Amino acid sequence: MHLTALDPVLIARWQFGITTVYHFWMVPLTIGLGPLVAYFQIRWHRSGDARFYRATKFWGKLYLINFVMGVATGIVQEFQFGLAWAQYSRFVGNIFGAPLAMEALLAFFLESTFLGLWIFGWGRLPKGIHTATLCIAVAGSIISAYFIIVANSWMQHPVGVTMEHGQPVMTDVWAILSNNTAVWSFLHTILGSLMVGGMFLLGISWYQLWQRRKDGIDGVDADGRVIPGENAAIPGRDRADHRLWLGSLRVGSVVAIVAFAFVFITGDQQGKLMFVQQPMKMAAAEAACDTTTDFSVLSFGAWNAESCHSVRDVIVVPGVLSFLANGNFDTPVKGVNQLIPIYQERYGTHASNGNEINYVPLMPVTYWGFRVMITLGGLAAFAALVALWLTRKGTVPRSKWVMRLALLGILAPFAANSAGWVFTEMGRQPFVVAPNPTGDDKLFLLTQVANSPSVGAGELVFSIASLGGLYLILMIVEAWLITKYVRGGAASAIPELGKKPDDTDAPGGGTGQKSPDDVLAFAY
Amino acid sequence: MVDFLPTLWFILIAVLWTGYLFLEGFDLGVAMHMLLLARDEKDRRVMLNTIGPVWDGNEVWLLTAGGATFAAFPFWYASLFSALYIPLILVLLGLILRAVAIEYRGKGDSQRWVELWTWCLGLGSFVAAFGVGAALALTSTGLPLDRNGDMIGGPFAWFNGYAVLGGLAVVGFALVHAADFLALKTEGPVRERAAAFAWPWGVVCLLPIALWAIWVTVRAGHPIAWVTLAIGVAAVVWWAIEARARREGLAFLGLGVFIVAGVATIFEAMYPVVLPASNNHAFDLTVTNASAAPYTLEVMSWVALIGVPLVLAYQAWTYWVFRKRLSGDAIPESTPFRAAVAAAAGGSDAASQPFAK
Repeated sequence: MHLTALDPVLIARWQFGITTVYHFWMVPLTIGLGPLVAYFQIRWHRSGDARFYRATKFWGKLYLINFVMGVATGIVQEFQFGLAWAQYSRFVGNIFGAPLAMEALLAFFLESTFLGLWIFGWGRLPKGIHTATLCIAVAGSIISAYFIIVANSWMQHPVGVTMEHGQPVMTDVWAILSNNTAVWSFLHTILGSLMVGGMFLLGISWYQLWQRRKDGIDGVDADGRVIPGENAAIPGRDRADHRLWLGSLRVGSVVAIVAFAFVFITGDQQGKLMFVQQPMKMAAAEAACDTTTDFSVLSFGAWNAESCHSVRDVIVVPGVLSFLANGNFDTPVKGVNQLIPIYQERYGTHASNGNEINYVPLMPVTYWGFRVMITLGGLAAFAALVALWLTRKGTVPRSKWVMRLALLGILAPFAANSAGWVFTEMGRQPFVVAPNPTGDDKLFLLTQVANSPSVGAGELVFSIASLGGLYLILMIVEAWLITKYVRGGAASAIPELGKKPDDTDAPGGGTGQKSPDDVLAFAY
Repeated sequence: MVDFLPTLWFILIAVLWTGYLFLEGFDLGVAMHMLLLARDEKDRRVMLNTIGPVWDGNEVWLLTAGGATFAAFPFWYASLFSALYIPLILVLLGLILRAVAIEYRGKGDSQRWVELWTWCLGLGSFVAAFGVGAALALTSTGLPLDRNGDMIGGPFAWFNGYAVLGGLAVVGFALVHAADFLALKTEGPVRERAAAFAWPWGVVCLLPIALWAIWVTVRAGHPIAWVTLAIGVAAVVWWAIEARARREGLAFLGLGVFIVAGVATIFEAMYPVVLPASNNHAFDLTVTNASAAPYTLEVMSWVALIGVPLVLAYQAWTYWVFRKRLSGDAIPESTPFRAAVAAAAGGSDAASQPFAK
């Protein structure tokens, strides 16, 4: 097919989807793991316990391997509005650039500068200040999440603006910064990221404990209680090593469980807001074709269904949809078929390029995105509960398959995060800036007219192929490096443990001793 | 003064680009010198570690310049970025490879791994420097635009001599600036070779950027641009004297003054146009017609007033913390590690019996 036959908007959308979902594999791990590494370092700073030193070093190493990928792919995020979505950038210019610039100035600088201080500050900065540099860097990540979600939430629910000469103009920055959509999705995103961090600790610690048992280092007594051992021939496999992994596993599990409880609450609040702010998105998420109070547990339709003709409900629970939307069981929720004429009346039937507007998002994507998110999030939290129970006697079962399941469990919250974002972004279609039902009916932008007029299909194919190819290679590299460092155990991050197997059992072995003044404690 | 806020933001964006070129200028140059000046792996590690703690913070200046352009001049941002689609995608690919290379280079198992990432680091930095230079040159000299501000004439309509000049200008500047930086920050053979590169080769490397600044000044004929250009010329003479005498701190400072004056000259010569339409000046983007509404600019001014001094303060502190010169002796041995897994570790008797109690 000749390139000119391809629709540039479609390629640009795929490119944005691919680069953003990819970027958001690195980001939740950064946001989720960062506070946990900081927690371990604070505990080490306060107690001097070798276990926390090792946890800081080991998880910190994996944190950094992942962090740089978030940085590298993040630059693309900021540039691609102007690159591929020039009309969008012009339309939202008075609002959207502001939180992006705030993010860079108030968050990215903090994050990157203080992380540099942390990486190279071992043995050079006083312990307290060194711990503080990490805390500040982690705070930077969280602040950056806030600003970018403020920007995204304005696209979901534009507030603090008025229309002047066909363009939205900012009237109240505080309204934009305190947008209820932004507040709830910020909390939801941070908590979802903590689930990622928690399950990451759980899965890898499980593997380490399993490996210790497999290698005959740890045994169990008649009651099944652990008898920690050591093997001087294997780097880092001393008794403190057992406590490192057991402690990390428990911290990870508890974080995942508690985070899920709050993910659930914040998600429910988001849902209730969305029924009011973007009713079509929620109707499509529920495959609610006609006004109803019933929640669909299982419905089928054609994969590319953009209408309700082929949707068939298999299992429905009466009343629950109404509860999700309104908090009671009998107020009906408007269905897709009832919403279409309302949208057409308020926002027109044709786009400025002459095409007819289809107000229904791709229903299989919204319907399944929503369910995959909830199912995987719930499964992860359940797995964390089971993990706490199974490890109550201090180690993990010998089963290789359960170990593999624990490692596989790391992927569940990642996939839940992706599914959630795919749902909320695809559910906003056909809008890139969705209209505010209580705002100006002229204030919205359709995705199909938001791209860069001067950028054709050929350029987009070039960029999606080159970025996509590079991303694929880098994903393999990152996964390989993380696997390598995980297999290296604590000694991969603390070379002293590998070099001198004799002294590592000493209390506080290898903890933060100052390097000779002229040798760097860390160097690339 | 109707245009006070847009003008203020135009100046601020010039400041952000100055910060970027000053700080990431030596980052990019150091990475290129890892291919040019280094003789062995020890040299390369000494070089890389001079920028190790700071490169990521320096790169944020680019993100901030981009974000601030979006916030303050959305029409400039949209037109420039979409027009320079292909070169900026190449910049992104270069920056991605470079960032990942810095972190991953030392984490592999083989010599080939290290070499591969060294090339990614050096070439990625070259492409990024060249592309940023081309983009800045084109926004100061113009692109063919339609009424809406979109580039006309196809995906390569941006390509011309100015793009090449700007690319060479930033690459050349980065090489000299990094040589001064390495001479200032290292001890031993790297310091020696860096100083020997800065003078006399630096003079050649600085020609493109000088040509660019002189060209836009002559074309615009603004008196202030002539003043800043004169300061730039004085600074480069001062730099040459100090670089030749190998007073490294003063040479670094001299070139620093040069880049500040140079960027000031280029931006002053452009003002009030931010992106000229080379086909029809009626379609020029200016500080007035490309800027965001006054309220947005006012909000962002407060944010900048708080944010910029804060950033300068803590970044300055970082340079203070890592102020020591680096030599080969200060670089710890790279430490390959064995997997903490019995089979891979070669296995003692106890370890070779799975699940022995």
